[in-house]
Amino acid sequence: MDKKQDQTFDIIEVCLLAGKIMLRGGAETYRVEDTMMRIAAAYGIYHSHSYVTPTGIIFSIDSHHPTKLVRIVDRSTNLQKVAKVNSVSRLISSGDLTVKEALEQLKEIERDALAYPTWVQIAAASISSGCFLIMFQGDWTDFLPALLTGGIGFSCLIYFHQLVEIKFFAEFLASLIIGLISVLFVVFNIGTELDKIIIGSVMPLVPGLLITNAVRDLMAGHLVSGISKGAEAFLTAFAIGAGVAIVFSF
Amino acid sequence: MLIEQFITSFIATAAFGIIFSAPAKTLLKCGFVGMIGWMIYLILYQYKMDSVLATLFASFIIAVISHFFAKKYKTPVIIFNVSGIIPLVPGGLAYDAMRQVVENDFNAAIPLAAKAFMISGAIAIGLVLSEVMNQIIRKASLRKI
Repeated sequence: MDKKQDQTFDIIEVCLLAGKIMLRGGAETYRVEDTMMRIAAAYGIYHSHSYVTPTGIIFSIDSHHPTKLVRIVDRSTNLQKVAKVNSVSRLISSGDLTVKEALEQLKEIERDALAYPTWVQIAAASISSGCFLIMFQGDWTDFLPALLTGGIGFSCLIYFHQLVEIKFFAEFLASLIIGLISVLFVVFNIGTELDKIIIGSVMPLVPGLLITNAVRDLMAGHLVSGISKGAEAFLTAFAIGAGVAIVFSF
Repeated sequence: MLIEQFITSFIATAAFGIIFSAPAKTLLKCGFVGMIGWMIYLILYQYKMDSVLATLFASFIIAVISHFFAKKYKTPVIIFNVSGIIPLVPGGLAYDAMRQVVENDFNAAIPLAAKAFMISGAIAIGLVLSEVMNQIIRKASLRKI
């Protein structure tokens, strides 16, 4: 009996850890709930309930076992972790992993560092800034300014995010710097269209994904998640708009 | 001009894959999905279609291709979805709207914000539509067996 109890605790642990990694990696609400319930079912617990919001996961199974809650403090997008947890959950469903092995693998995934080193991410952000400028019908002469501004803005975001706990403040400062640098480029006649340079360089910061996810969650009936993601997206957009606008007001 | 749009949208989407830490072997596919979506949007938009409708079509096609890739390569569909819709996402509009708000020009801000909301709604509907279709097809084929 005791052994069975232990086993069930481990299963709950596996479900929660999988859900936690996926949610922090940016998976959709319904996918997290679905994966947790699938894992539980694969281990023989057919009646489980999970309630996922962007800031916490509640997981419970129908019996005398306690309901568990996990708090999610920081969220970022790390799709590689989502993919890895997904393949672990596939293995669990096909019965190839014991509970202990699954727990080990998930813990390893959680410890994983970022998939790409920071400088690669900054390079990617600056290249995408330049490309977005062209996609928004910008001129090729503005490509280099947008590339530089986007790269500097994104590195500022990473740096300030380590410095201050509040995410929105880091976004505000980063977009303030983006605005300043773009104005400087235009003043010194290196760039021509100020608006296009700014829009191209803030693209790596804008919460486009969050906005879309929020609407999607709302349509799927995850009202709490949808509204909280919408609020987060609104705050981020506000921080970016405010940062750039301060530069304009001088 | 179309060629440079092809190339830049491919590179921008793949680069966003790196920012989102997508697995390295999916990056090229992410770029491909994003490029197709952006081209559909751009061509429809040039033929005077409303930008909201054009976004809806583009995101639907993106979702269909993403579902296909997800099945083929056994990875979660979100990896292709998320990077693919990035060019369509109304980031510029949302930023513009917010800038107007911060500058106290609410009359200019509200239409922009409404448009941004409509476009993100269109993206979400496009994604959901393809999922619904996917489920209907799956259920229909299950019944046959």
